[in-house]
Amino acid sequence: MKAFTRNCSEKIMTQSSLHETLRIGLLAGAVAAAGILFDNAYHIQVLVFIGINTILTLGLNLLMGYTGQISLGHAAFYGIGAYTSAILTVHFQFSPWLALVPSLGLAVLVALIVGIPTLKLSGYYLAMGTLGFGMIVFIVFRELDFWTGGSSGLAGIPSLKIGPVDLTSGRNFYYLVWGAVLGTLVVSRRLIESRVGRALRSIHGSEHAAMAIGVNTQAYKLQVFVFSAFLAALAGFLYAHCIGFISPGSFDFMASVRMVTMVVIGGMASIWGALLGASLLTLLPEWLHAFAEYEMIVYGLILMLVMIFLPQGLLRGLLDIYERSRNA
Amino acid sequence: MQELLQYIFSGLTNGAIYAVIALGFSILYGATRLINFAHGEFVMLGALGLISLWQGLKIPLAIALVLAVLGVALIGFLFERLAIRTVSRPEPIVLIIITVGASIFLRGVGMLVWGKDAHSAPAFFSFAPIDVMGAKLLVQSIWILGVVVALTFALHAFFKKTLVGKAMTAASISKKAAWLTGIPYEWMILLAFVLSTATGAVAGVIITPITMCSYDMGTLLGLKGFCSAMLGGLGSLWGALAGGIVLGVLESLGAGFLSSGYKDAIAFGLLLAILYIRPSGIFGAKDLHRF
Repeated sequence: MKAFTRNCSEKIMTQSSLHETLRIGLLAGAVAAAGILFDNAYHIQVLVFIGINTILTLGLNLLMGYTGQISLGHAAFYGIGAYTSAILTVHFQFSPWLALVPSLGLAVLVALIVGIPTLKLSGYYLAMGTLGFGMIVFIVFRELDFWTGGSSGLAGIPSLKIGPVDLTSGRNFYYLVWGAVLGTLVVSRRLIESRVGRALRSIHGSEHAAMAIGVNTQAYKLQVFVFSAFLAALAGFLYAHCIGFISPGSFDFMASVRMVTMVVIGGMASIWGALLGASLLTLLPEWLHAFAEYEMIVYGLILMLVMIFLPQGLLRGLLDIYERSRNA
Repeated sequence: MQELLQYIFSGLTNGAIYAVIALGFSILYGATRLINFAHGEFVMLGALGLISLWQGLKIPLAIALVLAVLGVALIGFLFERLAIRTVSRPEPIVLIIITVGASIFLRGVGMLVWGKDAHSAPAFFSFAPIDVMGAKLLVQSIWILGVVVALTFALHAFFKKTLVGKAMTAASISKKAAWLTGIPYEWMILLAFVLSTATGAVAGVIITPITMCSYDMGTLLGLKGFCSAMLGGLGSLWGALAGGIVLGVLESLGAGFLSSGYKDAIAFGLLLAILYIRPSGIFGAKDLHRF
């Protein structure tokens, strides 16, 4: 009997991971096809931003969606990744690739230092704690003007190169960013399917129950927090070298809210939802020209309406409604 | 000495305002165990609403004050009815996202209505500042402190002496037991929202003569109010008052003697320290449950 159930579950597992491999393969194909089909620089640029936002959303989703720990200050890590690399390359003439290591490393270090006390909190207190942390980092970006250029920002960040090839030109950056997205997808997928992923979901279900069955909840929460900070810093690094200019405004409270909105739209605990949420919210301002005026109203309404009516996210919620109407 | 006194005076004024905002957090937390991330936006609505009514529509000050507070309370009423009552799974993470959404939404509305520019209002009454050992004490500061203490007394009396106030306390202790004794639980939550947003509006209207008001002022004020409420022990009215004053004075001294650019970081640093070390607050006796 035991062997039978194990056999069954193994079969189900291999089937679902086969599905996933297929999906990721399909996405890789779509990415390659889009790279060949789109030759408009503007379209390529939009796709690059979708990719950067997808990395951000995937990271935050691991923390919020799977582990149930909210962060309202995640833009801080995005900013740390961007600013560290920008400062090292602009002021110290580091090569961008050499700056990648310290910029990711600093984000991981800060996440460790901040995460240990902060993740002991939960619910409203965790939200307030991360919000306060995000605000402090934002103030530091603004006030350290000798290094960061203050509110007017830091310009002249060099582009990424491999040998003589400038990666920022044309489609090269697009392939780089989407390569990183695919890598992040695969790693996230593996993480969720693993023992760690099950532990994270058990924390979401009930932290006390998880503790009672021997899950070291503090250690797991810290690991996923650090990993999501790592991904945010990676996105920040790509962003800084893609645009060549950064200012504190890109890493303020609203930036953190945007990230939360992308997770919420795509659906908590959904890897493919992260792709959907990032794409929708990157495209929305491009479609609506007067968007800047209404941006906050739209984001606010999305957050409230999705949470009230479709707490599983847009994708899952709409699918549920469809299935119910078909069964009825 | 003169400088120090001056910093303390300005800190007391700011602190009094933080205290009123903290009162709003404490009322709501006391009754519903909920933290409203949009609370600062109600302060903004009160401030800009008063400026529009008083300066824009030329309504006499006394009437404009009442209208501004009532108007914001009405928005608080609608907020509870439309966005909080309708939630099917009232878990903290859902309510956090909804109130953050409301905060961004109200800020966006504020930007559309009042534009991106800062607005200001003249002093309510004009008196010459009082000279205390070389430092200038504005009469404004004195009545702001007076309003805050009076408000805390009034709320204290409401919760301890009136039937409705006692019913609200009962409902917060046990929903079921309150319901069994015939307390309309849902009305109590609604009332808590209305009271909390109205005190937010009071903070907004008394801030108008001393600072520039704009659509994005709410986030910082809300956070500082929350920091004050945590300092004094969340849920306690007198704690909110003390926490606000402590934060205001510390912030003013920090800005004066260290660096004004990092003034806001002082409040957040203090908030983190309180959350990490003593979440029950300096004045809170019981160990607060951290969820």
